[in-house]
Amino acid sequence: MGRARTIARRTFLIGSAAVVGGVAFGVYTVRKPHENPLTANAGEAVLTPYVKITQDGITLITPRADSGQGVYHVQAALIAEELDVDLDQITPDPGPPSPAYWNTALAAEAADFMVPAAGMMHDLAEGAVNSVMKVMGLQITGGSTTVPDQYEKLRRAGASARETIKALVADREGVAIDDLTTRAGAVILPDGQEIPYTALAADLADRDVVQDVPLRAPDQWRYIGKPMQRIDMLAKSTGTQGYGIDASVDGMVHATVLMNPAQGGGMADYDASEALAMRGVQAVVPITGGLGIVADNTWRAFRAAQAIDVTWEDPAYPLEQADHWAALEASFTPDAQDSQKGDDGDVETALGDGDILTAEYRAPYLAHAPLEPINAIVRVDDDRAEVWTGTQIPRFIQANVSRITGIPADNVTVHVLMMGGSFGHRLEDEVVKQATEIAMQMKGTPVKLTLSREEDMLHDFPRQIAMARMRGKVANGRVEALDLGIAMPSVMASQLSRQNQSAPGPDSQIVAGAWEQPFAIPHQRVTGYRAPELAPISSWRSVGASSNGFFYNAALDELIAAAGADPLEERLRLCSDPLARQVLEAVAEMSNWSGTGGLANGSKTGRGVALTKSFGVHCAQVIEVTDTDNGIRIDTVWVAAEVGRVVDPVNFENLVQGGVIYGLGHAMNSEITYAGGVAEQSNFDTNPGMRLHQCPTIHVRGLENGDRVLGIGEPPVPPAAPALAGAIWAVTGTRLREMPFSKSVDFV
Amino acid sequence: MQLRINGTLHEVDVEDDMPLLWVLRDELGLTGTKFGCGIAQCGACTVHLDGVAVRSCQTWAVDAEGADIRTIEGLGTPEALHAVQAAWLTEQVAQCGYCQSGQMMQAASLLAENPRPTDQEIDDAMSGNLCRCGTYPRIRAAVKRAANMMQEG
Repeated sequence: MGRARTIARRTFLIGSAAVVGGVAFGVYTVRKPHENPLTANAGEAVLTPYVKITQDGITLITPRADSGQGVYHVQAALIAEELDVDLDQITPDPGPPSPAYWNTALAAEAADFMVPAAGMMHDLAEGAVNSVMKVMGLQITGGSTTVPDQYEKLRRAGASARETIKALVADREGVAIDDLTTRAGAVILPDGQEIPYTALAADLADRDVVQDVPLRAPDQWRYIGKPMQRIDMLAKSTGTQGYGIDASVDGMVHATVLMNPAQGGGMADYDASEALAMRGVQAVVPITGGLGIVADNTWRAFRAAQAIDVTWEDPAYPLEQADHWAALEASFTPDAQDSQKGDDGDVETALGDGDILTAEYRAPYLAHAPLEPINAIVRVDDDRAEVWTGTQIPRFIQANVSRITGIPADNVTVHVLMMGGSFGHRLEDEVVKQATEIAMQMKGTPVKLTLSREEDMLHDFPRQIAMARMRGKVANGRVEALDLGIAMPSVMASQLSRQNQSAPGPDSQIVAGAWEQPFAIPHQRVTGYRAPELAPISSWRSVGASSNGFFYNAALDELIAAAGADPLEERLRLCSDPLARQVLEAVAEMSNWSGTGGLANGSKTGRGVALTKSFGVHCAQVIEVTDTDNGIRIDTVWVAAEVGRVVDPVNFENLVQGGVIYGLGHAMNSEITYAGGVAEQSNFDTNPGMRLHQCPTIHVRGLENGDRVLGIGEPPVPPAAPALAGAIWAVTGTRLREMPFSKSVDFV
Repeated sequence: MQLRINGTLHEVDVEDDMPLLWVLRDELGLTGTKFGCGIAQCGACTVHLDGVAVRSCQTWAVDAEGADIRTIEGLGTPEALHAVQAAWLTEQVAQCGYCQSGQMMQAASLLAENPRPTDQEIDDAMSGNLCRCGTYPRIRAAVKRAANMMQEG
């Protein structure tokens, strides 16, 4: 816990240092920058909210949380690019919860939906959303927004810090600032003498921060765009990386929970007498919706939980899976319409006569299931509380612990720890609420709460269940009309309800990955229908696009096949965006595309293709499969994505490959279904995902033609499933319209 | 009972059926070995018993008594890397990294038994180790790199 404890613990703010890289908006209270949340102790200099220099070292604040996507590394590299430090000279620190670290790009994504045209209206809408979010100070990691949000902010912070350091040395040494250079964490004087930044810490504390420093041109970059060794790679290659689940606080006890397996249902009665008699068990305490079991060892807590008899109450949602689907089927009505987008041409007239194609598609609930079961340590004292956990939402945690305990938020300290995966799971904080409720009942004792895999998966607010209905028409070998309706419950409403927030207006995620696709079909319309709230759901890697990318591409594939066209050629013909076209051309070239092959060529090997624009990124994939005696084998994936700028090509390739595998693995064999209100899948035996022997060769290309720098955590997921479905169609002739595909075909 | 872990004898007072995983993590503070599933489905808890990879979540403490137990902490250190760890570092395998202790222990066991595994043998040996981030292409490359490094001595 050494590193976590170096975070400034006191909560008073120093006002002398300015926020660098902040964004100004139309009204004064919003225009005023948030104060720098870092506290400077004697002999420390806090230069901007992102750079802290002491005599012992340089700390770079990397406020977007790391769940494996490498954002500590990427954020540190962006600061270092201008600050002139080596990556092995710095310590990354996720920083305290603070409105200074709000996420600008998350607002930009929301505004794209509110006003889907560029220009002034768009800017106004984005400003309005930004203003709200800035006031809330949302310090959120998600939506592939870290790089877009931080790309300039962090370089500006590094540049300001560097010039402030140089100004100090220039004054002190009586030399012109232009005669100073910086390298490897030191200022170099004209005579070659080097002064380490750390030796300047005490004097820096009194300096005004130099603002508005021009950023370096790309040809001067040392880090950006070049392969780097990720700063966490040595620890993660030696088992020495600490995660939340490895954290230890003096005097802590080990706890687990036994929650109603039907999510959100109440507890009528329980008998813990047997558990309380078991070795090491210290307490069994009621908490909201279940019990906390406190012991001296995690396994003893797990075992005791299994020995407790509980009478549970029913949840608010339908008990049986068929009724969840029925609720979606009943939602394709004008009353349930949530949004209608991309209403091009005249869909009703175009579909009014002649042969109409129709099809229906389904995507199941899915667990996030990061490999590290969720966990948190919470200690509650009379007037303060402290939390150690891996999280994407430290500001919400601070607010929730304050609400539960009655302790002012300023007295709630949150230490953000490394996450063993998330995929959106750690955008929820039930585990912290539970640990806080237990800790309230044993004040002064740190409670380390660890969920068993079963508790985790049963209470993993899953990906939305979703359904789509397509009507379409082809003529003269071309796709003429596509009318796509999508029904799902609102992810945002469900997720925000657990933060006591509401989500006004239509939910963009109901149609994300479908309404904004770069294909100029003459008559096209995408309609979102909001199904009633069913099982509680949450953001799952790529959110709405994770189901809708499949729906849109699968529907398009059926129309293209009906037209007798090639799925890649027809997508290129329909393509309305030059960036998307280049992405499609890239995968065509990489895969040496010459048609789908498969049955058409009398071959057991065939190909599919898909492109989804999500989070602003066009990502295309060509997938090749072979129909073997043991089932479908996925041989090769070629994937290209347009991100404006690849910050680190090694990390980029790894993330893209991982996104493809995440998309394919779930499309192959994973779902959450409910029986009696309880998820029927509670561990990796019934919810396997992809295994190494099933993993294809994956060729990756990042394109840099666009002028927006975009994140890559999520965009590789949506096109994976439809490209796989297309390839399976090529070798079997079967259209797969429901995930997981293992319902219809076997995989090797 | 007494357990020999990474060459050191530890006296522990635990139930016979406490999984070795929890003896390591909660009783001895050796947290490099990870808890993922508890039912031997993910491989995050892989350790060596007398040189052979086992799932410590399904190994009773009493059954590890008398064995030479090796964990990731005993495979190598940041200052003195095992070939498998060096290969993992060079290939930059990890994303979240949570499964990688188990992956490396599985790979080290494979290479100790079979210094020149074929692609098929690598797939067979490593498919019990789940990686939710999807680092499989890099795991394959790193196992091959480690095999080459060990061949070259």
